[in-house]
Amino acid sequence: MKEITCECGHVNPEGTVLCEACGKPVEQNQHIDGNEDKKLLNMRYDGSARRSQTYNRTIVDKIWNFFSSVKVGVTLIFITVVASAIGTIFPQSVFIGGADPATHYKDQYGIAGQIYYQLGFHDLFSSWWYMLLIAMIGISIVIASIDRFFPLYKTLKRQKPKRHELFMKKQRVFGETTSDSIDYETFKTNLKKRRFKVYEQDGHILAEKNRFARWGPYVNHIGLIIFLLGAILRFIPAFYVDEHVWVREGETTLIHGTEGEYYIKNESFTLETYDKDNPEDAKFKEAIENQDGAIPKTFRTDAVIYERTNQGVAGADPELDTIKEGSATLNNPLKFDDFALYQASYQLDEFSEMSFKIHDQDDEDTNYGEFTVDLTDPQSTYELDGGFRIEVVNYFPEYEMQDGQPASVSKYPKNPAFVFNLYPPGEETPETSFLGIGANIGAGEDNQYKLGLTGFDTRDVTGLTVKKDHTLGIISLGGAIFMIGVIQGMYWNHRRIWLQPRSDGAWIAGHTNKNWYALRMEIEKSIEGTHIEAPQDQYEMKS
Amino acid sequence: MKESTIRKKRKRLIFRTAMLAVMVGLVVFALVANGKDEQAVIAKGEKAPDFQLKKFGTDETVQLSDLRGKGVMVNFWATYCKPCKDEMPYMEELYPEYKEKGVEILAVNLDSTELVVKNFVNEYNLTFPILQDKNGEVMDLYNIGPIPSTLFINPEGEIEEQVIGPLTLDKLEGHLQKIAPGE
Repeated sequence: MKEITCECGHVNPEGTVLCEACGKPVEQNQHIDGNEDKKLLNMRYDGSARRSQTYNRTIVDKIWNFFSSVKVGVTLIFITVVASAIGTIFPQSVFIGGADPATHYKDQYGIAGQIYYQLGFHDLFSSWWYMLLIAMIGISIVIASIDRFFPLYKTLKRQKPKRHELFMKKQRVFGETTSDSIDYETFKTNLKKRRFKVYEQDGHILAEKNRFARWGPYVNHIGLIIFLLGAILRFIPAFYVDEHVWVREGETTLIHGTEGEYYIKNESFTLETYDKDNPEDAKFKEAIENQDGAIPKTFRTDAVIYERTNQGVAGADPELDTIKEGSATLNNPLKFDDFALYQASYQLDEFSEMSFKIHDQDDEDTNYGEFTVDLTDPQSTYELDGGFRIEVVNYFPEYEMQDGQPASVSKYPKNPAFVFNLYPPGEETPETSFLGIGANIGAGEDNQYKLGLTGFDTRDVTGLTVKKDHTLGIISLGGAIFMIGVIQGMYWNHRRIWLQPRSDGAWIAGHTNKNWYALRMEIEKSIEGTHIEAPQDQYEMKS
Repeated sequence: MKESTIRKKRKRLIFRTAMLAVMVGLVVFALVANGKDEQAVIAKGEKAPDFQLKKFGTDETVQLSDLRGKGVMVNFWATYCKPCKDEMPYMEELYPEYKEKGVEILAVNLDSTELVVKNFVNEYNLTFPILQDKNGEVMDLYNIGPIPSTLFINPEGEIEEQVIGPLTLDKLEGHLQKIAPGE
């Protein structure tokens, strides 16, 4: 690595554009960052060397340099933005309601949908290449920041009040004063009054203000990195759980995502709807009337939370201890330990009990006995008071005909059906009948008795989202730091004023990252009563 | 080159390599963690997590870790799942032979009504142990998606093979052979 020794004696690393100490443009590097002879100085990073541009030997350096480029970073962000936009054209596969994505997109959106699916856009936001893009942006932010922060920090620390002539002359704000009565002391006092820090070297003056504003972008990058780390932590169950659990009324079940530790019992699920005749809801009368059907007012689950007290392997009977009783309504979760249960969905009126009576085949008003079947735990036989015996030959919780055979498609009693054998008192040969909702078929035409549904009980099922989120604090911290960085960089400007004594007067120059007008006003106020002439904005002069 | 320059360069290389390694590590972690969710079952070669379930129709329980030294086939099934029904006769056919050879078949049932299972077991004359997982706890533990889903666990307690979907008689026998303890 070559080093550049400036005429002021400072040794600069290779790639430096402006000497770190005196600001003299480095001859052969002037054009690297656009410091052309005739133009003003390019003050980007104060001309410090970004080593990535010159130091490039091993594969590690090459990767490092690739990510340190702002151009690469912007390109990555652009690709991500375009991909994200495409991802919103058609719904993501999580939102297609359980349909098979392989056929759904083609059926719904034709050839465009087919392409969309084939290219993997249907599951974009959790696809490996989308995550890789985000990760690369993260890496680019880290590396680009490191690559610029340290050189800039060093340069600003090493800068001397005594600046090279060329550096002065090629500042945007520059002025020459010819006078032998310049009042340097008043100038310094004025600057200090305006909260400038004043440095002096052999009569040369450097006044500087709000240097910390230069670190705004880097602070804001730190915030982004913390934000991304928080997002990565969501993959660790100790930090983040997002599960769903269905619980039937009266049922106790394991809460998913709690590693077998917590159980929930659904005491009852309540759905309330708005009622236009209720005085409380009277103000909504018109809205209710305009709407077909009921408008839900509350979904509420009253539940008991249990904690498992015995250590045991999965599946073994747990010993449970009540830790909380409470309810979850929409937006008011039931909280326990680190978890919150949110009311998310529900299913009304699943069958829980069915009652039947035995009557004559052709006279429904007769009654030879009644029995009730608990659908969660049907008995295999029911002995009736009248001497009748009922045998449950088959039970189909969600009955459907498949290939001419009755079958069940799930374990939930949504459409229960039974095959019963009915033994009249003293008889050994049964009468068989098939019973379901809306289906009552006696197997034999010569059945003497018939079974009739006399009533049923239903229960509701509640769907709860199980949430645990320890990443929120980290993500908020990242967001807060990001905001601080933005404010730091946006509301303060780094301003510097140089004064160089000449044999016949003085030169004055100024630089700021933005708000040049304010800088000029500040200079004008500082030079009051000092006989220094106001500098010109050389950029404005040209245009 | 100056000594200090060489030292600086080495330091820079170490710093850059370390930074890149940490970041690549994080990215790999995120990608693996993201991919895992979609996997239906625990990966091959991993230790099968222990579970204990009640044997259907009895008060006995079966614990997986007690079967160490035997090959274990764990089949997740339910009466309302048609392909599950189809493979039951194959399991029944091979069960006595492979029980001799030190392979246990555990059929984890996911129904909620005992009567239904009882009828089914009687209808098919099943003799291998049926385990009840009413709450779906073990199913959850093993991250089982669609059923039937079958795991073949070797005598060391590691997952040898996982099969999602129905098995044919040939395939079943092939997998059972693989997990039979050697003489």
